[in-house]
Amino acid sequence: MDRHARWLPEMVVADECFDATGVAALLQPIVERHRRDSLRLLQILREAQDVLGYLPRTALTVIADAVGLPRARVEGVAGFYSFLHLQPVGRYRILFSDNVTDRMLGSAELMDRLCNRLWIERGKVSEDGLVSVDTTSCTGMCDQGPALLVDGRPLTRLSAERIDRIGELVRAQVAVSDWPREWFLVADNIRRRDVLLAHASAPGEAMRAAVARGRERLLQELQRSNLRGRGGAGFTTHTKWETARRAPCVDPQGGRYLVCNADEGEPGTFKDRVLLASHADLVFDGMSVAAFAIGAAQGLLYLRGEYAWLLPALTENLARRRRNGLLGVAACGQEDWSFDIDIHLGAGAYVCGEETALLESLEGRRGVPRIRPPYPAQQGYRGQPTVVNNVETLCKAALIALRGGDWFAGLGTKQSTGTKLLSVAGDVESPGIYEYPFGVAIDQVLHDCGAGNAQAVQVGGPSGSCLALHEFRRRIAFEDVPTAGAFTVFGAHRDLFEVARNFAHFFAYESCGFCTPCRVGTTLVANCMDKIAQGDGSQYDINEIFRIHRLLHAASHCGLGQTACNPLFDTLNKFRPAYERRLRSLDFAPAFDLDQSLSVARQMTGRDDPAAHFDPAGGMQPVDR
Amino acid sequence: MNTPTLLLDGLPVPFSAGQTIMEAATAAGVFIPHLCHHPDFKPQGSCKLCTVKANGRYVSACTMPAKDGMEVENDSPDLNDKRRTLLQMLFVEGNHFCPSCEKSGDCLLQALAYELEMLTAHFAQFYPDRPVDASHPDVLLDFNRCILCELCVRASRDVDRKNVFALSGRGIGKHLIVNAESGRLADTGFSLADKAAHVCPVGVILAKRQGFLQPIGQRRYDRQPIAMQFASLPGSGGNGPEA
Repeated sequence: MDRHARWLPEMVVADECFDATGVAALLQPIVERHRRDSLRLLQILREAQDVLGYLPRTALTVIADAVGLPRARVEGVAGFYSFLHLQPVGRYRILFSDNVTDRMLGSAELMDRLCNRLWIERGKVSEDGLVSVDTTSCTGMCDQGPALLVDGRPLTRLSAERIDRIGELVRAQVAVSDWPREWFLVADNIRRRDVLLAHASAPGEAMRAAVARGRERLLQELQRSNLRGRGGAGFTTHTKWETARRAPCVDPQGGRYLVCNADEGEPGTFKDRVLLASHADLVFDGMSVAAFAIGAAQGLLYLRGEYAWLLPALTENLARRRRNGLLGVAACGQEDWSFDIDIHLGAGAYVCGEETALLESLEGRRGVPRIRPPYPAQQGYRGQPTVVNNVETLCKAALIALRGGDWFAGLGTKQSTGTKLLSVAGDVESPGIYEYPFGVAIDQVLHDCGAGNAQAVQVGGPSGSCLALHEFRRRIAFEDVPTAGAFTVFGAHRDLFEVARNFAHFFAYESCGFCTPCRVGTTLVANCMDKIAQGDGSQYDINEIFRIHRLLHAASHCGLGQTACNPLFDTLNKFRPAYERRLRSLDFAPAFDLDQSLSVARQMTGRDDPAAHFDPAGGMQPVDR
Repeated sequence: MNTPTLLLDGLPVPFSAGQTIMEAATAAGVFIPHLCHHPDFKPQGSCKLCTVKANGRYVSACTMPAKDGMEVENDSPDLNDKRRTLLQMLFVEGNHFCPSCEKSGDCLLQALAYELEMLTAHFAQFYPDRPVDASHPDVLLDFNRCILCELCVRASRDVDRKNVFALSGRGIGKHLIVNAESGRLADTGFSLADKAAHVCPVGVILAKRQGFLQPIGQRRYDRQPIAMQFASLPGSGGNGPEA
């Protein structure tokens, strides 16, 4: 049954429609399936919302009682994640991906068009409760944007015609499952294959190779490979595994954990999407190899909420592996080792890509980064030694188990061994996934993807670095330009101020709010950028951005805040004219704009005549009657 | 065996194993500005006012374990400038009208603003809409002044065992909530006798009918600036005389 069929129009209108007994009956199977385990709170909330449409007050009380948590804690978790709703949302929930690449392809205009077609305002639910339209952070479809999510399912390659058709289908209340199937196709767009993407092995082969080598030799091979994490930080994988393996378990019964970080939230990155869609067995093999090495019995894959559409195939894959003896008791024929993998879904929070925030989220809490030390390898999930590795890192570990550390170390550069998957998008002829040995020059990538007139490349997403023309000889490597994989190209006609402004708003939206500098600073910076965009900026505002940048860099709790101003810092240093031509004065212009503050009154009265504007010279104009 | 010692602005400060920089400094009578820290509770390191430079790296003094030989920079123009900016951020994020606030003179935020010579809020005010909760017979909640230090959350959870408070929302929308389906304090088990009723460093949790029993001008930070209260009472614990 389509979930919309359960919806009655009046259910959307008011909270009172949900009486406690009715809600408890609806949610009973969900909480039981999760064994009333408070660590599974986020999963419970997600599924409860699937049934109820949103999370009414009564539902939070019912869930809190069921899992034995204070109600306020449950509400606090529900209030943290952008895909969980404490207020009614439309029966059709449409979220436009708001990455800069989507914007470059006209997503803002398409969203306005859809709002006009549906007679709704962005961010508000239509009065009949039918539909809501809003933006969301990058959905990882930069190679086939503009993209949106409708009830969690991705629609790619949007066009004006398709938007009009979507408007018609929504108004005719056609279930999303009956929309044209081809709209939902997600292409892999693999453009360049190297050792990882060209690799073909049977499911479980890498795992068997690891078992055949034995733990000690496997770890030796990993050490020789000098594999470093592919998620951005570049920590040596062997050190992480060795630490977790040797760290004492706080709870001897609990064992160690292996977590695959598939919270691919860095705007512009989509390589993990492709690995999970088309190389899932290699990912699971990598998880099994890592778990074998550190002696973990439980693996957890944290899948970002935006990739929930990948869940059915991944779940089926895990079931198949269980049937084939690759998971479960005596996994891979090892009598003394059992291993299984569970998938947790995120719910729209970029910060959860940070490994300790991810662990908090896995434990059903608000995704707030932990204080380190202790590091996850010492005390991670449930306080036990835990390895958190990126999807691509685990695939590489699987290859090393198969082919050895020396083979891997022979690829790439000395400090950056192996290959790297790049998510190439923006002003290029062939957006998609490019796998190169580390050390590849920026201009080589630009040549291969058909970027004719690039003026800048954002490497590593908004928290990475923005490279200008004179830096295109630099190389992708930990020792030169490190990256988690995003490679976003901006042609000569692009306005890098607008790029930076998009990034500033991204960080303000995604800040977890834990520490003062990031919570307030990211919003201050976004406001500064808006002020400059409106033509009210001055040199003063630019100085303010630099000042806040220094504070965030020094005092933020985690990498999100520390890097939040990087794109502004880079573009201000390298593309200063993009800012300066917008400045009203090189001295000072106030933030308060009297005429702008009258816009609400104008909107309410439906007026836009000269008398409805403030004239700085003569004050308000008399109304002409 | 020699007592482990760190250098705090050049001053040798002995400490015992397991102590944080904040604890070592407080024991030595040296004031490190802070808002979310309280000696009775587990440190959380969110306000970042206690940011110091330890061996050249910016760290939170309240969460960073002290190490032997560590060189800590605390009272420097760079750090005080950063702290002043953090205070200004807190002042514009909420609605803080000191002249009409009944916590004036007893408020840690205000005391730090004086201490760090914050003359203006500097940034444009956010003017958030934060309705007050006057439902409880004995306590008023004025969320306008909340700085999200989570001291009430920790006190109610760890001491009172009531979990009356929690945080919801994210980013700039983060806010304090209470443990009731109605969202009203009156519908929680909160009582004026709770530890959580007495830990708010600013003016969110206010006992009704007592606001001006002690006249303005005779209050804690009216009498003596906050840093001096620390210097005069070494070993008193992180929050000075009344803690």
